[in-house]
Amino acid sequence: MAKPKVAFYWAASCGGCEIAVLEIHEKLLDVAAQVEIVFWPVAIDAKYKDVEAMEDKSIDVTFFNGAIRSSENEHIAKLLRQKSKIMIAFGSCASEGCIPGLANFYTKDALMDRVFKETPSTTNEEGILPGPETQVAEGKLTLPVLWDHVWPLEDVVDVDYFIPGCSPAPVTVAKAFETILSGNLPPKGSVLGASEVALCEECPRERHDKKVKKFYRPHEIVDDGKTCLMEQGIICAGLATRGGCGHLCINANMPCRGCYGPPPRVKDQGAALLAAIASAVDSNDEEEIKQIMSEIPDIAGLCWRFSLAKCSLVNKPVAAAAQ
Amino acid sequence: MKTISIDPITRLEGHGKIEIFLDDNGEVANAYVQIPELRGFEKFCEGRAVEEVAHITPRICGVCPEAHHMAGMKTLDAVFKVEPTSTAKKLRRLLYNSFFVSDHTTHFYILAGPDFVVGPDAPVAERNILGVIAKVGLETGGEVIKRRRECNHIVEMLAGRQVHPICGLPGGVSKGLNAEEIAEAKQIAANSLEFAKFSIQLFHDMVLGNTAYKDLILSDMYAHKTYYMGLVDDQNRADFYDGKVRVVDPDGNEFAKFPASEYLEHIGEHVEPWSYLKFPYLKKIGWKGFVEGKDSGIYRTAPLARINASEAMATPLANAELQKFRETLGRTVHATLATHWARLIELMQAAEAMVELTNDPEIGSDDLRNRDLGTPGEGVGIVEAPRGTLIHHYISDENGIAQKVNLIVGTTHNNAPICMSIKRAAQGLIHKNGEISEGTLNKVEMAFRAYDPCFGCATHAIGQTPLIVTVYAPDGSVVAQGRQDPQ
Repeated sequence: MAKPKVAFYWAASCGGCEIAVLEIHEKLLDVAAQVEIVFWPVAIDAKYKDVEAMEDKSIDVTFFNGAIRSSENEHIAKLLRQKSKIMIAFGSCASEGCIPGLANFYTKDALMDRVFKETPSTTNEEGILPGPETQVAEGKLTLPVLWDHVWPLEDVVDVDYFIPGCSPAPVTVAKAFETILSGNLPPKGSVLGASEVALCEECPRERHDKKVKKFYRPHEIVDDGKTCLMEQGIICAGLATRGGCGHLCINANMPCRGCYGPPPRVKDQGAALLAAIASAVDSNDEEEIKQIMSEIPDIAGLCWRFSLAKCSLVNKPVAAAAQ
Repeated sequence: MKTISIDPITRLEGHGKIEIFLDDNGEVANAYVQIPELRGFEKFCEGRAVEEVAHITPRICGVCPEAHHMAGMKTLDAVFKVEPTSTAKKLRRLLYNSFFVSDHTTHFYILAGPDFVVGPDAPVAERNILGVIAKVGLETGGEVIKRRRECNHIVEMLAGRQVHPICGLPGGVSKGLNAEEIAEAKQIAANSLEFAKFSIQLFHDMVLGNTAYKDLILSDMYAHKTYYMGLVDDQNRADFYDGKVRVVDPDGNEFAKFPASEYLEHIGEHVEPWSYLKFPYLKKIGWKGFVEGKDSGIYRTAPLARINASEAMATPLANAELQKFRETLGRTVHATLATHWARLIELMQAAEAMVELTNDPEIGSDDLRNRDLGTPGEGVGIVEAPRGTLIHHYISDENGIAQKVNLIVGTTHNNAPICMSIKRAAQGLIHKNGEISEGTLNKVEMAFRAYDPCFGCATHAIGQTPLIVTVYAPDGSVVAQGRQDPQ
């Protein structure tokens, strides 16, 4: 049997997902031996042509990391979808927008103004903003257009599977590769390489079903190193997050912030975390609950830290394609 | 006018492309390096709990998240007006030096090494880590993988994860090391030191011992007389984690030395409409365009710049190697490709620091945090990232909510110099009627590979080089195309 043809691409992301692939160390050599890599890493111009020249559905699996922020990201997402049998949203950015998705708290104009006009180190008396086309003395220079919003991959193209994490832990990457190479694929829409339970169920810390009267920020308290962080009053997203990462942040005595996305059967992770926080409050008095909750700083940025671009409560245009 | 597009260049904080314009005589008229992406961290960190900004900003770059996390935690120290405990500082330094060993190893062997160990004109199929292994032996290849994994393991022990570490708190760190972990870290440090010695010897044998490579390094094509910036300790020795920012002029004289909090007096950022990445310059001289020399505010950061900005290295073996470097190349070195030697000198300092720190009795203390936090306010934190000086600046309200955030990252400082280096290399290599060979293109690429170790880390490893050059006639039609196909 011919080796499966595999492509990797990254769009609006940090490169950490590319590193995550390398972090499986020797296993990567096994994987590499079993597949034919036809496209890795991303190409922008002429290599688009390579992909364009491929027959439709001639790539078996595309691992797409990064959110959709620009015309270029969207164009390549569509091109790869057309050429691939299986399209995988690899990592949190492609799955749910991740940290780049926090940009959806602001307009693109506000972002551009801050970066190019307002930051205290910038000198820009003429108010120049980078744009799609610039005429220079020698010719014309072009840049991709930034869309007004950050989109998860599935808002732009049909996605077959999701691999969670910012970035996916080595164990997740290895398991996901194993599943794909086995050819024994789960139903479309499945999450690969992670658990089917919430992180809380895998957490090694002791739980006593204790509720709290006050929440602390991580620097305001000394964690005892063994009790559930939430029960110590440190907000932890473990209850609203899919397991499978190996509780890496908790290993470092820091709370989970939710990069593995919602657990099975939960649609909106932020809403689930909000509910988890509310139910951790030791009170039945509505006013007191409100008071305790109101002391939590930036609750939207906390609960939707990795999934704002997918937040069901945010009104956003239907699809980037409309632009 | 003809255009040569080098597109894409890949890098970590995003993507990039190079446009080279030829004049009517077929000579290079100008070159532009364009960064086609923007995330806007400076905006969307506004409104976040300020302590979380140190966990959000590592997502700027997944290859050097350690640097962003470190700059972030130092900024939080300043925001909360707290001095970390002595143990916390040592643990942070251990994490950071381990990261430096891993990162510099990756760059030398996987990214830059192929150009020197295998050769800049070697067939593409050999000019990669596999080619390096073929030349220097499988054992070395295995060592590279081991060093990376072991040093990343120290990061993991201290900060939970390899990518996007998470241990930074104002005044300290969230996790210490137990006896077993220290024993493991000691062994990793000792291995790293041996590996640093081996790498420097390899560089002497394979690169400095080869006249052609040495001539290439010293060629005018790869040189720029600019200012240089780097963090130094109180004896003006290179320091990756802390100290004052020192700037030297092209003759090596101290031009400025300032604490993190004063960066705005010294650094400005210029905007061009054709790139989403800004162009930093020395404010006291001003932005004079893409020109070098003492009258231009353009400066460089990263290993060569740090070496130039320091009087000495902070550890004995690194300092001994620095003396050899200076005896060979001079006190202030403008040859961009000498960055690779400078990087190995830094690798040595990082490995020596690992040994020193893991043998320090204080490293096992549980005095991890100074909890005497002040009312949050404004803070600046600066570290040296492998790719250059990294500046984080947060302004918090008294409730600890970030109001304003400013960031100047390593590669950004070198944005203008990279453009200039590409132009000069292209001018030296591409001529009328001359053949644009694969090796020629690679030599253009080498001009920026020296600055940006992120470039093509995966591509080189598997034998691809994502450099595509298209020559257009003045009417826009394609007259020639040079390209490096994936293997």
